[in-house]
Amino acid sequence: MKIILRNPRREIAVDGKRRVKDLLVELEILPSTVLVIRDNELLTGDATVGGDDVLEVRPVMSGGRGDTR
Amino acid sequence: MKCRKCGGTAALELRRHNAAFCSPHFLEFFRKQVAEAVHRHHMFTREEKIMVAVSGGKDSLALWDVLIEDGYQTAGLYLDLGIFDYSKESKAKCEAFAAARGQTLHIERVAEAVGAPIPVVQQATRRPTCSACGLSKRYLMNRAALEHGYPVVATGHNLDDEAATLFGSVMHWQTDALPRQSPALASTHPKLVRRVKPLYRLSELETAAFAFLRGIDYIVEECPFAKGATSIAHKEVLNRLEEASPGSKHNFLFGFLEKARPAFEKVENVELHECTSCGQVTTGAICAFCKLADLVKRRTS
Repeated sequence: MKIILRNPRREIAVDGKRRVKDLLVELEILPSTVLVIRDNELLTGDATVGGDDVLEVRPVMSGGRGDTR
Repeated sequence: MKCRKCGGTAALELRRHNAAFCSPHFLEFFRKQVAEAVHRHHMFTREEKIMVAVSGGKDSLALWDVLIEDGYQTAGLYLDLGIFDYSKESKAKCEAFAAARGQTLHIERVAEAVGAPIPVVQQATRRPTCSACGLSKRYLMNRAALEHGYPVVATGHNLDDEAATLFGSVMHWQTDALPRQSPALASTHPKLVRRVKPLYRLSELETAAFAFLRGIDYIVEECPFAKGATSIAHKEVLNRLEEASPGSKHNFLFGFLEKARPAFEKVENVELHECTSCGQVTTGAICAFCKLADLVKRRTS
């Protein structure tokens, strides 16, 4: 499957099937810090991904100390 | 994973609530949390005009979306920081959002007010970028709200933002800052508008999920100056705590607001004046914003 990561934007390929939460552990990403998106739908940690899936792992953290967000 | 309310496929797991929700029920949960925040802190009424400070990011646009859908009278305020393509893109997102919903968007340019865009301000003053940026935003939000007749400014600060700010204040025991950390700051002078944070009960993950599920086109990329910011380091620490013990951030912030904040509140004998240069409110003769603008002018001329 293809995984799109952001900040900076890049793509990686991962073979095999696994659960989203296991994939995030492999990628060393805390689950509460990203949305995992497939086919314009959000996935929870127990969803199985693999094969021809294209996943976007979108970070949710806002930066800096501005005052609008 | 199943939705707690309907048993359908869940779109989001909320570990701190030991729950998961499908898309419609998550959107319902989110709106209820905002309504609870507005009600609990008497943030604004349906008769008032609310200025929503928007950055083009997920939080502020999600907030504006909720308030519009709930029938509040709102307008947006976008502060153009002049940060290269980041500002161009974020401004375009705000303009598109406002146009699609038939809302007014006010735009203020930092370069016009301070004399230079934020990257030049940073170089000229050697201040941390987020510091000069935050000062400029607070000043311009208040000024714009006064000029356009809005009694209250709503910002998109979420639970993670507030917990990280609290963490930073406690780490340095900034006891002057602690009483000011509140979901709603009252007006203490005729020239100071109220400031409220209706998203303070919702995490960053939740605001991002809401924006995504509502189809809001927000800027995902970080501000180029955010890298290395102290507030980011504090968020990372808190995220690790949250992972080990869900609800940690919630308990930290809400425990402070309910139990500790009153202990730090004191009768402030700070006398407020109007800046002799610009007329905005300050504790001294010249406000911090005018001092910043003067420094930028001297160092860039």
